[in-house]
Amino acid sequence: MESNELNSPDFEIPPELQAQVAITSLDKIYNWGRSASVWPLMFGLACCAIEMICAAASRFDIARFGMEIMRPSPRQSDLMIISGTVTKKMIPIIVRLYNQMPEPKYVLAMGACASGGGPFKEGYNVVSGVDKFIPVDVYVPGCPPTPQALLKGLMKIQEKIKGEPIKTARWYQKGPDMAEIPVPMLGPDLIDPRKIPLITNGEKN
Amino acid sequence: MASPAPVQTLDLSARFPGVLSPDTRPGYSGWILDNSNLLKFATALRDELGYDYLSSVTAVDYLPEDKMEVVYHVYKTTGGAGVLFKIQIPRSDPMEVHSLVSIYPGAELQEREAWDLFGIKFTGHPDLRRILMWEGFSGHPMRKDWHEPYFEEEAKPLKSRWPDGKMIMAENKNRYGDNITYPDGFNPERQTFDPEKALYEALRTYQKDEVGLDTDHIIVNMGPQHPSTHGVFRIAVVLDGEKIVNLKPVMGYLHRNHEKIGERNTFIMNMPYTDRLDYLSSMSNNFGYALAVEKLMNVKPTERAEYIRVMMAEMTRIASHLMAIGALLNDLGAYFTPMLYALEERELLLDIFEAVSGSRMMCNYFRFGGVARDFPESALQKIKDIFFERLPRKIDEIDRFLSENEIIRSRGIGQGVLTAEDAIKYSAAGPLLRASGIPYDVRRAEPYSIYDRFEFDVVVRSNGDIYDRLMVRFDEIRQSIRIVQQAVKQLPEGPVMALKPMYQVRVPPGEAYGRVEGPKGELGFYIISNGKPTPWRYHVRAPSFINLTAFGPICIGQKVADVVAVLGSIDIVLGEVDR
Amino acid sequence: MSDMYGKGILKGLSVSLKRFFETYVDDLSWLGKRYHTDKGIAHRGSKDARGIFTVQYPEEKIPVPEEFRFVPFLVYDEGPNGEKTLRCTSCGICAKVCPPQCIWIVRSTDPATGRPIPDPAKFFIDADICMNCGLCAEFCPFDAIKMDHDYELATFHRNVYDETRLSKSAQYYENIRPVNANREDAARAAKAASRTGQGE
Repeated sequence: MESNELNSPDFEIPPELQAQVAITSLDKIYNWGRSASVWPLMFGLACCAIEMICAAASRFDIARFGMEIMRPSPRQSDLMIISGTVTKKMIPIIVRLYNQMPEPKYVLAMGACASGGGPFKEGYNVVSGVDKFIPVDVYVPGCPPTPQALLKGLMKIQEKIKGEPIKTARWYQKGPDMAEIPVPMLGPDLIDPRKIPLITNGEKN
Repeated sequence: MASPAPVQTLDLSARFPGVLSPDTRPGYSGWILDNSNLLKFATALRDELGYDYLSSVTAVDYLPEDKMEVVYHVYKTTGGAGVLFKIQIPRSDPMEVHSLVSIYPGAELQEREAWDLFGIKFTGHPDLRRILMWEGFSGHPMRKDWHEPYFEEEAKPLKSRWPDGKMIMAENKNRYGDNITYPDGFNPERQTFDPEKALYEALRTYQKDEVGLDTDHIIVNMGPQHPSTHGVFRIAVVLDGEKIVNLKPVMGYLHRNHEKIGERNTFIMNMPYTDRLDYLSSMSNNFGYALAVEKLMNVKPTERAEYIRVMMAEMTRIASHLMAIGALLNDLGAYFTPMLYALEERELLLDIFEAVSGSRMMCNYFRFGGVARDFPESALQKIKDIFFERLPRKIDEIDRFLSENEIIRSRGIGQGVLTAEDAIKYSAAGPLLRASGIPYDVRRAEPYSIYDRFEFDVVVRSNGDIYDRLMVRFDEIRQSIRIVQQAVKQLPEGPVMALKPMYQVRVPPGEAYGRVEGPKGELGFYIISNGKPTPWRYHVRAPSFINLTAFGPICIGQKVADVVAVLGSIDIVLGEVDR
Repeated sequence: MSDMYGKGILKGLSVSLKRFFETYVDDLSWLGKRYHTDKGIAHRGSKDARGIFTVQYPEEKIPVPEEFRFVPFLVYDEGPNGEKTLRCTSCGICAKVCPPQCIWIVRSTDPATGRPIPDPAKFFIDADICMNCGLCAEFCPFDAIKMDHDYELATFHRNVYDETRLSKSAQYYENIRPVNANREDAARAAKAASRTGQGE
């Protein structure tokens, strides 16, 4: 059709085009703003935390990525960097912190211990990877990963954020809110409330 | 030396006839006594013979002989070799030993650990609760007949990895998808779980101040997730307004089962695990472990390796103290700037570690009989550049930056005081002990490696407050710079390994306690070998863990705002506290 | 304190002010060549480093030293026709010496005789357990497994590497570790020469 027809203000835009065009450029701006100012939760567990601090120090500045504001409060942060071994005594607290973070929230498992238990996997107090309880977005292997490796992991998080369209964002969907992850309890061993039927079924056997 | 010298040289059996009997097992040393004589013996040891510093209390499980043993190491603060004595009890519940807390209060946390991990009850202990695991955990994990949920074999290497190593992830073999087991007949829906109850009951036992208004005392948790760099550590504080009335540290949030894994590992496999104890100073940990095993194997490292070891140990001390100074100044309120200055110097040291050993933090550099590999000439040149030209003036610059600052002085001088007698009583070690006026440094008290060839001073300050602990660290950095300068000038040529590199190390049976002066204090490794490729018992005497015994008594009477500053000046590392 | 109250604070402020001015002075003295050049990166890691200490990853990367160790990799030799033969003989020493036991090896068997042949059928390393200690590379008698320098391994999923992911060429190994590779090649050549010398 003629281009001057398209330019007139009362041209009928077909319905399937109405939502599309506006949102792709809106997506870009929205995701650019979010990815350039991710605020990590100041949460160092073990040795990987020291490399995280070195990444925040002057040599491998993460302020260049917009992430220098490390908030101690989960209510004000976007990204939880699990840096260090996750133990059974600590996992209820990690799950509670994850529940308290507002959407949109991301989790980066830094190091071998947070990704899959690490060298301490056979220990009786160690959880084999934090993704047994909370959903993880990026895994950074290494023991400990050098600050440059962590920065690569943070760039992958930024890549992921930039690829998320608003239409399918889970925090804008209609319907019930995303359910909280139930907090595990400390009994004779760690009890995950989602697995209680599995435990009681075993008891009946 | 021809054979390992015995730990004590005085003849205690003449002094205490009928009470002691020498330990005659091959490779062992020390004295064995009965539980009924323990308190009298310990009091006499401390008061008459002058052994006032209890270094380590630990337990050993001898399952084949149906015995449990509690091992004590005691030293004099004037220096020299110590006394090693043991109590043996039959291995059937209830197992009871008298608690030494009334004589040596520094035994408090270590006896709680022995109760938690072995199940030995200490009668007379003021507060016997679990410390590393939570209340309600089933079983005592370090016993030899207690198997962890991922248990495959008693000792590594595991047969499932080769030659038929079908890869199955360990959690897929467990029906709960994680390393979890429950006792038989366990139904979680029929009970409630409260691991905190015992802690709050213990908090309520303190001296109530009867004078003045009858006010409510609040319990505040400075929880494991904390905007301070020390890691996952929790402090439960009872407050009367702003004044602290009672304080209990809660640890175990990073308990990674180092000792249980250590018993399954072979001797060479344990070396990278020791890096992860005090993760800021990995080569010091390697040093202590290598010393202990070399005592058992009766091997002496080569000359060049000894010099390299001392250089690396002192550089690790500087790196650790830089981090400690940065973190303490951060806690005192200078938000991150001194940390950045200190970390800049630390990064240059970490570059050297990377060039020499391969990794910035987890160096895994020492081996039994020397070090793993020689370092390139460029690394030696870098060390010379930094230690002769850059580091001395940079340390003076950081010192000038904040040591005369009025805010640091008013928050530090006179606050958080630990007196000299208290420091010895609570088994404090390292800069915490030396800032209170006791000049005890293992490098001088019982020299190991070649430290007797270097000229350095033992740094001491007299007041024992937060400011002194900060300044002691600056002075120790300067002394370490002095040692490295001397070592670089005297470095000989030659091989760096006394033995052929082998991955199956033959260690004769016996026990050894290898201790070094780490940056946080006296780091000791107590290793028992029974001739097999894996150790029978592997215990770490962690200085940060035992320094926390003094934490409560220092803070009582202070304001709550000083808790963070005191914790920063004690300088703990959670990898060591929780192992 | 006999002198002015606040003297300590001023002393400290002079230190940070000096560092502040140094950043500009140092930048200007380099005339624009301070960033994105190898010499500039080397200056910021040397004893004369002053001013801005930041190395701007990912545009500038600090060169890793030769001894640096991250996850292991298997070395293969390339034949004249481009066929790749792994040096690994599946002796299992690396699996036996690995502290957290994160190496799984399935040794191949000859289908005709049923006896083992020195070649790995399957070789797994779980990078989510590997502690980068380097003991596998240190004790391998055939120079078959070495520690890699590549640290840019972040992914969206768990990391278990099999032998296809782990194999890299001997040329790559020589590029990252020239001193070590030359020393080992010389040792292997000397051993082969002494064996052929004795065999005659």
